[in-house]
Amino acid sequence: MNRIKKFFSTFLLFELLKGMAVTGKYLFKPKITVHYPEEKTPQSPRFRGLHALRRYPNGEERCIACKLCEAVCPAMAITIESEQREDGTRRTTRYDIDLSKCIFCGFCEESCPVDSIVETRILEYHCEKREDFIYTKEMLLAVGDRYEEQIAKDRQIDARYR
Amino acid sequence: METIQQYFVQFFGTQWGSMLFSLATNMIFIFAIVVPLLLGVAYLTFAERKIIAYMQIRVGPNRVTFFGIPWLRGWGQPIADAVKAIMKEIIIPTGANKFLFVLAPVLTIMPALAAWAVIPFSPELVLADINAGLLYILAMTSMGIYGVIIAGWASNSKYAFLGAMRSAAQVVSYELAMGFALVCVLMLSQSLNIGDIVSGQEGGSLLNWYLIPLFPMFLVYLISGVAETNRAPFDVAEGESEIVAGFHVDYSGMAFTVFFLAEYANMILVATLTSIMFLGGWLPPVDVMPFTLIPGFVWLLLKIAFILFFFLWFRATFPRYRYDQIMRLGWKVFIPITLIWIVVLGLIMQLPESVRSVFPLNIWF
Repeated sequence: MNRIKKFFSTFLLFELLKGMAVTGKYLFKPKITVHYPEEKTPQSPRFRGLHALRRYPNGEERCIACKLCEAVCPAMAITIESEQREDGTRRTTRYDIDLSKCIFCGFCEESCPVDSIVETRILEYHCEKREDFIYTKEMLLAVGDRYEEQIAKDRQIDARYR
Repeated sequence: METIQQYFVQFFGTQWGSMLFSLATNMIFIFAIVVPLLLGVAYLTFAERKIIAYMQIRVGPNRVTFFGIPWLRGWGQPIADAVKAIMKEIIIPTGANKFLFVLAPVLTIMPALAAWAVIPFSPELVLADINAGLLYILAMTSMGIYGVIIAGWASNSKYAFLGAMRSAAQVVSYELAMGFALVCVLMLSQSLNIGDIVSGQEGGSLLNWYLIPLFPMFLVYLISGVAETNRAPFDVAEGESEIVAGFHVDYSGMAFTVFFLAEYANMILVATLTSIMFLGGWLPPVDVMPFTLIPGFVWLLLKIAFILFFFLWFRATFPRYRYDQIMRLGWKVFIPITLIWIVVLGLIMQLPESVRSVFPLNIWF
């Protein structure tokens, strides 16, 4: 009896039709594609994108050249040189991040005692030469100045968990 | 028409004039078939990408548009692809046999286009109304495999050769089942002329189509057609996950595109043949007022589109067959089914007149 049943279900292509019913149903289901430039997926406040160097509200740069980020960076993408400024504080003279080495792990951000080096939500940037991947201190500070509002808000949201 | 022929006769003389006139009309007719066909092929690739994408809950190509019209988004994709393919370099491998390498794509697409000569689009609209039309079609569809074998051989590469061998064995096996399925059609219609086969299905409604008395043959023909065109789930010849891309690994640019065009032209051809042999060609499904107003070739196009949708649906649904399963299906399932059905059909046709005129049988026999 079972064999007869199996014979008929094979010859009537029952299983194949079942499979086609599934794909046929999916033809009319709402599509889940995100239409990228017009639509974007939600980002976490902890998103790790392009780096930025922050300033205090009075305009003083936060970085004190402790070189913790340089030490913790697993890809060795950060290069720091520092000097004493006229007012006696230690400041960086060079702060380069090689984005072609960076793995965006966020360790630099975690290690920073003054919240100076941060990773922003920016992910749409590109470089056309290898040299362009090296972001200097001025460029990082400029990114920080431009997006300070957003950066500060994200730190605020995440402050409870730090 | 008549006046143009008069001009030809006046200009070239009686003998040459009429010859050149028929040559010119035939050329125009050929272009009228081939150009829409190639456009159809281009948009079939688009339809395939769209439909399969929709079945996988994606949206498919939706960027390229004409003149920035938003509701035509995606419709420029085939044109963009064609331009890309034309711009690309055709690389001929050092070890390849250059003559055969270039000949292979031509040999693949030629029969796919040539078979259209005998396809009737409506009762009058056919390029070559020959009496051995079905034989011609069988011959032409079998020719396509030569291009594949030659491509595999000329590339001088293991993968291409493997793909070509698989493809050859597969196509030859399914050719038999396909041929036998067509023999059944031939027995019912009593004619090899494709126009006669379609008019044999005339008679008021879709009950008269050969789809119903030959339903198993319809399935066999459709599935063999999928196998014949090397489409999923029978695409072991391509087998991108096993042998890279089969017989056309070493082809690039326009040479590859010609293979691609040939595959899709073959798909359209098989869909057309299925709709002509089993779905009544240009005939409307019911012979009542609103349906009879629509011209015959529109019905044919609708049927072709319907079958093509199934081709794409199969591809979106089924995983690829194992090679021995393909061979088993072709030789151990399809050929016995077709042979049995031929015998059954013959027996029914030999029944006495009084039995054959009973209700369901009198429609077809």
